[in-house]
Amino acid sequence: MNPLTHEEITMRPVTFIEHDGTAHEVAILEGESLMEMALGSAVPGIDGDCGGEAACGTCHIIVDSKWISTVGTRSEQEGQMLEMSPECESSSRLTCQVTACEALAGLTVRLPEFQM
Amino acid sequence: MDDGRVLIVGASHASAQLCASLRQEGWSGEILLVGDEPSLPYQRPPLSKTFLAGTSTLDELLIRKPEFYGKQEVTFRQARVTAITRSARTVELADGGALTYDHLVLCLGARPRRLSLPGSDLAGVHYLRDAADIGGIRDGLTPSSHVVIIGAGYIGLETAACLRDLGATVSVLEAADRVLQRVTAPEVSAFYDRVHREAGVDLRLGVGVAAIEGDDHVEGVRLADGDLIAADMVIVGIGVVPNVELADEAGVAVDDGIVIDGHGRTNDPHIFAAGDCATFLDRRYGRQIRLESVPNAVEHAKTVAATICGKDKEIAALPWFWSDQFDLKLQIAGLNTGFDEIVLRGDPAAGRGFACFYFNGGQLIAADCVNRPQEFAFAKRALTQGLSPNRDLLADPDTVLLSLLTAAPVTAG
Repeated sequence: MNPLTHEEITMRPVTFIEHDGTAHEVAILEGESLMEMALGSAVPGIDGDCGGEAACGTCHIIVDSKWISTVGTRSEQEGQMLEMSPECESSSRLTCQVTACEALAGLTVRLPEFQM
Repeated sequence: MDDGRVLIVGASHASAQLCASLRQEGWSGEILLVGDEPSLPYQRPPLSKTFLAGTSTLDELLIRKPEFYGKQEVTFRQARVTAITRSARTVELADGGALTYDHLVLCLGARPRRLSLPGSDLAGVHYLRDAADIGGIRDGLTPSSHVVIIGAGYIGLETAACLRDLGATVSVLEAADRVLQRVTAPEVSAFYDRVHREAGVDLRLGVGVAAIEGDDHVEGVRLADGDLIAADMVIVGIGVVPNVELADEAGVAVDDGIVIDGHGRTNDPHIFAAGDCATFLDRRYGRQIRLESVPNAVEHAKTVAATICGKDKEIAALPWFWSDQFDLKLQIAGLNTGFDEIVLRGDPAAGRGFACFYFNGGQLIAADCVNRPQEFAFAKRALTQGLSPNRDLLADPDTVLLSLLTAAPVTAG
């Protein structure tokens, strides 16, 4: 395995909070999607059934509203799926469509009670 | 929870999910994953799409990265299991070794149905199941290749689309009188027929294949009516057969699949099965089903993991599927077997996007959605909640779909 870079050591993780409040801190891997990061750390509730093609809608997260401008708003395709979820909020995204970068250090996202 | 060793046989979607779900459910014992391919579990659906096109690598297709298995303390070993000895709770390996288990999970998948015709064994005849198969196809492909694909199911059509995009000349042969005959309504078949012909695929329906011809390599395909189609490659996509032999020979119950109950258990309390190789009594559809899909494998795996950890979970997720061809993303929710009526939203006879909703006795049972993610998400939710939307409103493109989810269910009229 490659040694950790300076950025990986000092960068604050992304926190995934399950519906029951359980928090999972996951180290940022720049260039990977939030889905890949969550899968790598076995975060419950992110399954990524379709492998990251925005085809299944099973990696829904709700981004803390003050973070949404940094994370970016959802695309039309994401929206068409997410807006059918009763738990959809204005800052809902699919983790497979969010690429991790240094700017997301310290980000907190919530998981819905049910994935699609 | 630490109760010895979970031995997972088969490196697949189900087994990758099992590793994650076992830890999530609290399993702290050993997890040993044995697969007969050299790779950790990888995504198979892209094999007939991006991997064939050369736009994704095997590393990129790994379902979970190598670091995941390290972090979750999962041991991976490449080996082929040849027998199960239930009385001793061991499996025998082709290399002569043996492994013990406390819980054995069979994630054996399915294998392509083989063609048995004169010439079937010629070089240049390919099947589609694993990464090595695709490697063989890619190695044999040139810009002037003429490929004959036998079978116009999803695998055949996905491969045809991909090879056309790569510039090959492609013929697709199908014994039935329409493409996707076993799995979709005639209107959906007609749509895929049109888009493949528009892309230059030579589609031949209602034809039988008599032989593959050539001296030591494929040179052509002889049809039952005597016609010869010149070809330097043949790809066979005529369905799959579940890998049940290991279970069958050990006396584990088998019936077109390894028979599991709603908790993923076989008739041996120490043996479970998950994914394409397993068949179970589906409560929603009220019949024994065996599905070939990633979401099904994932649901089975989650259920087996919970059961091993002493939790009460039943296989319950709605079946769904997808298929990518050209610029078309097909998403399928539910099983349409037994439909007696369809409702179209959008026009399959023109354009490149529509949804086909399937009903049985007025009850929504499934939907095929082409480039219509909203209709797909809608169908998934309606089916999960057991709603049957008003068919006239559903067909009206001006109806806001979300409004149909909040309305009271409409009974059959």
